[in-house]
Amino acid sequence: MAEAVVHSELQWTSPQVLSKRPGSGEPVWLKNLRSEASDCFAEMGFPTRNHEEWKYTSVSPIAQTPFRPAWQQSASRPVQSAELDALKKLSGICLVFVNGQYNEALSSVQGLPAGVRAGSLASLFTTSDEIIAERFAKYADYRQHAFVALNTAQWQDGAYVWLPKGAVVKEPIHLLFISNAGDTPLVAHPRTLILAERESQASIIESYWGAGQGISFSNAVSEIVAGDNAVIDHTKLQLENDRSFHIATLQVYQERSSNFKSCSVTLGGALVRNEAHAVLDAEGAECVLNGLYLGREKQLVDNHTIIDHAQPHCPSRQHYNGILDGQSTGIFNGRIIVRPDAQKTDAIQKNRNLLLSDKAQVDSKPQLEIYANDVRCTHGATVGQIDAEALFYLRSRGISLKDARNMLVYAFAGEILERITSQKIRVLVDRVLHARLDAASRS
Amino acid sequence: MLTVRNLHASVAGREILRGIDLKINAGEVHAIMGPNGSGKSTLAQVIAGRDIYEVTEGEVLLDGKNLLELKPEERACEGVFLAFQYPVEIPGVSNMYFLRSALNSIRKHRGLEEVDAVDFLALVEKKMNLLGMDKTFRDRPVNAGFSGGEKKRNEIFHMLMLEPRLAILDETDSGLDIDAMKVVSDGVNSLRGKDRAVLVVTHYQRLLNYIVPDFVHVQVNGRIVKSGGKELALQLEESGYAQFEEEAMAGAAKGSGR
Repeated sequence: MAEAVVHSELQWTSPQVLSKRPGSGEPVWLKNLRSEASDCFAEMGFPTRNHEEWKYTSVSPIAQTPFRPAWQQSASRPVQSAELDALKKLSGICLVFVNGQYNEALSSVQGLPAGVRAGSLASLFTTSDEIIAERFAKYADYRQHAFVALNTAQWQDGAYVWLPKGAVVKEPIHLLFISNAGDTPLVAHPRTLILAERESQASIIESYWGAGQGISFSNAVSEIVAGDNAVIDHTKLQLENDRSFHIATLQVYQERSSNFKSCSVTLGGALVRNEAHAVLDAEGAECVLNGLYLGREKQLVDNHTIIDHAQPHCPSRQHYNGILDGQSTGIFNGRIIVRPDAQKTDAIQKNRNLLLSDKAQVDSKPQLEIYANDVRCTHGATVGQIDAEALFYLRSRGISLKDARNMLVYAFAGEILERITSQKIRVLVDRVLHARLDAASRS
Repeated sequence: MLTVRNLHASVAGREILRGIDLKINAGEVHAIMGPNGSGKSTLAQVIAGRDIYEVTEGEVLLDGKNLLELKPEERACEGVFLAFQYPVEIPGVSNMYFLRSALNSIRKHRGLEEVDAVDFLALVEKKMNLLGMDKTFRDRPVNAGFSGGEKKRNEIFHMLMLEPRLAILDETDSGLDIDAMKVVSDGVNSLRGKDRAVLVVTHYQRLLNYIVPDFVHVQVNGRIVKSGGKELALQLEESGYAQFEEEAMAGAAKGSGR
């Protein structure tokens, strides 16, 4: 067993995988960064279940799959479908990445206000752009997190968004990452950097969608910096196929009185790990992390959050709901850190889980680490089944068992969905969710 | 319309209904009164199809159709409606969405087309006005955060929307102030008609001043021990249930002594 893991780690850092594209035409500092991150990964290796943070999630299915770098296949097959059209309709500003590579033909930046910049991160670094470059990889810690290290070493492309001071973007900025794998398993490491200067405002959609039926692995890292008074509304949609692997780190850094709100919706994937880390590093910063995750069959969905209250007077809210069917597993690990200076912290964390089958399971672990004395922190976790009384109530009014169940499951999901600001996104998620519930009740 | 014959039901092995006989004709209003624990609510729930109760003997027929073989939703489609003693809160499902689904499901069963959105809203407005309900109840989640009185009113609202043939009201009067009781009673009375029947389950006589029954039954210890006209309710208000409970105890003692 141990041997297999060692062998596969060699595969991940082998020169032939690393030396190919990354580095060509890149500045020296970036080459050095890649090499340092690569060393960090080699040293750490894939986490095992002995790591406290990975206790419930084994990544050996990822470590043992012989992936090919996705960029080698990027041009192979055309991507077209009604689902993709629906996703593209979310916004006129849409940067599309296929198998980790920016696809200009599918992308559109119509409606992007003057002064706001958005585009391919890889192409940015071939030119010199100091504002953005100097903050790249400064937030997500590749020295501590193996998957961040792997991404930092091997990323091919991804998006950057720069909002200058006071810029307000009305239409959402949609970053759409398409995995399109055939018979060969593909790995991509999408990398995103979003810099919101003071008093700027935007909503960002990060969506991950699977075009093919093959096995893909997206190892994404997104860094978001919200400057003073900046307001960022972020939505993450995970819609890859049920054979795919998805590990994503969202690293948020918040300055004074900034407001960051995120809702993550996970509907696909064989193994999904969403890490959302926010550092509230100045007074009055407000952070909301919400999530909805659905598991069916043998899916495993793991949500790890860390909200680090480093300064006083910062409120944070977390609401995560999980709906688990079949033999699926849901994990929620929510850590709230309140540093000694962070007086008047007001943190609430709730995780609720609905089990639809006897074989589904949930591990919910709230962690509060409080080093200040004048704070309000509450957390709660529940695991339950569909309320039999509610079911009878609905049925006694003439609603069929199937519809009554769907109504209750949908209502449970609705607790999170109603917190999504954009109606367009809510409608899209609604539709996907309804289709999924209908499919589940037919089988 | 409704025939209950020798109905026995138990929950978790404990017998609660011990041979109920009841016959309700179209156009009639019946009241079942009884002390706490006499099984009144159990009877109401068994007729509506709550599956925690196991029917061990007897039958329940609606116009000759065996209700016990039907699922709760099928019973509703046949025209049975239960106004719950404790209406269930369903956060996340709006009152309107719920009612429209219920109404369409029942209409579908009857071979009718789905109700048009405009007609539906007109109907909603009419019935809500009748019950003096605020429009905000339309879009609020079913019963979530409603006061006790609001929940009961909402039950009657659902009843008026679904127009059942057999309406069963389980302690609908509990927790209502006198104004709310009048409104609720008016709502129930507006549904009375030659093709419909109402079964009122109540602990107190008070509601029956407003919904005047044709027949009153006293249920004690899982059996109907006395039936009569509306005057029986007044008599019970005076004398209480003690006399019937003693008789039932004596009967049970005699029964077990045999």
